[in-house]
Amino acid sequence: MNALFRGKGWSFGFRSAIMLYFVILIVLPIVGIYTQSFSLGWTPFWESVSDPLAWKAVLLTVKLAIIATVLNMFLGTMIGWVLIRYRFPGRRLLNSLVDLPFALPTAVGGLMILLLLGPNSLVGGLAERLGIEIVFHEPAIIVAMLFVTFPFVIRAIQPLLEEMDKSEEEAAYTLGATRAKTFFSVIFPTMLPGIMSGAMLAFSRALAEFGAVVLVAGNIPGKTLIASVYIFGEIESSNPQGAAAVSVLLLTLSFLILWTVNLIQGRRSDQ
Amino acid sequence: MMRRIWITLTYIVFSLLLIAPLIKIFTGSWADGWSGFIEGITRPQSLHALMMTGIIVVVVTGLNTVFGIMLAMYLVRAEWIGRRMKRLLNSLVDLPFAVSPVIGGLMIVLILGPNTIIGTLFEDAGFKIVYALPGMILATLFVTFPLMVREVMPVLQEIGAQQEEAASTLGAYSWYTFWKVTWPSIRWGVIYGVVLTVARSLGEFGAVLVVSGNIMNKTQTATTLVYQDVENFNVVAANGVALVLAAFSVGLLLLMEWAKKRKEVH
Repeated sequence: MNALFRGKGWSFGFRSAIMLYFVILIVLPIVGIYTQSFSLGWTPFWESVSDPLAWKAVLLTVKLAIIATVLNMFLGTMIGWVLIRYRFPGRRLLNSLVDLPFALPTAVGGLMILLLLGPNSLVGGLAERLGIEIVFHEPAIIVAMLFVTFPFVIRAIQPLLEEMDKSEEEAAYTLGATRAKTFFSVIFPTMLPGIMSGAMLAFSRALAEFGAVVLVAGNIPGKTLIASVYIFGEIESSNPQGAAAVSVLLLTLSFLILWTVNLIQGRRSDQ
Repeated sequence: MMRRIWITLTYIVFSLLLIAPLIKIFTGSWADGWSGFIEGITRPQSLHALMMTGIIVVVVTGLNTVFGIMLAMYLVRAEWIGRRMKRLLNSLVDLPFAVSPVIGGLMIVLILGPNTIIGTLFEDAGFKIVYALPGMILATLFVTFPLMVREVMPVLQEIGAQQEEAASTLGAYSWYTFWKVTWPSIRWGVIYGVVLTVARSLGEFGAVLVVSGNIMNKTQTATTLVYQDVENFNVVAANGVALVLAAFSVGLLLLMEWAKKRKEVH
């Protein structure tokens, strides 16, 4: 391998080209957005962020993302467990279906939810008669977030369950522990790091989601307008500085989450 | 007993969240019969949008594969990067995962847009980036960047450098070493990375929407066309294009399963 890098004269140029590509594609845009949002100084930045519509959008996004993530933690833990521990017809098919939200364009995901829960559909009609509004209201946004983040928790706990030493579990049974007790004192602690890092990834994805949400949310400012759609609106109405300011807020939050995930995973691999 | 309850619950969640929507897309696009579906996807704007998506997928996947493999090799093997620097670069790779696609698009508009220094420079040279194909490719490259690197790096770390070094000391030619020693072990990781990149670039929406301006028959991709159709309450037409995209995704999902299995074997 080193020979490949040492090479003759071209190796230096080649190496620089790859690194330059990396820096220009990834680092430069991020630096650009931070400088742009502060380009006119602190006051305009603060004004953009403290616009009631802006912070309402950010708060709404955080709130709904938390709800979607918590739901995901429960569903993901259950499904991850069932798919690894039980053998039943259709298991393999379900296991491959888990990745569907990763493979499917988010706009298509949004359209599906719109069709399935919209006012003209069976479910939508039923809910409307009961006085529950789904599409163009908060529940639809949560469903959209849940859909796009569905694989994260499942895929994070599956390897942990597969690696798990069954003898610990058996020892607990032999020592007379009940099923529930065994689950909470032996199995659950093994899954916990996976649940946490999966949930963090799901949360940061839910914060950032645009395609699936924009189609089902109705995007009513102050009510169902989430942060990424707000940013899109600001870009459309030629206010790049305002868009950048809210982006910085959202980005910083996401970076903190990603950093925490790395920390959790780093600690695990050190052990 | 408990077992049965859990399995039933799992089936219910899957049916509601994944299977029902998928079926709905298939039935929805037939709402006006076969002719409605055909009409939806053979409109000039649909064909153009699908072509744009195709171009983006091919270009992005090609570039991302080459640069992704090279970068993964540097980040794992290169001795000319210090350890701290390596760690820093390594954490930077994941940045696009944390960035909302809309923000990714905004970044490109801010740096290369028509009102910026670089943008004007290119435009004077007759080369439009934003609201044109190059910008859309850049946006998709940004979004898909980590996928290949993250697939190849763990494999390289696992196999270690010994075999490669042995081949090098025996005097093997460097590209020869790559093809004969490194490639066979990273092959399935790369294929998996390619499938992920294709899926992501096929479905990219937010970043492309911002950068392209979504101009019909010019910079519109399949996903942004679906969006526009829905906004115009032309749901049946949107469904046709969405069905084409969904069919591709299901195909990619099958490929993903296959590549994953091969990856585990090798």
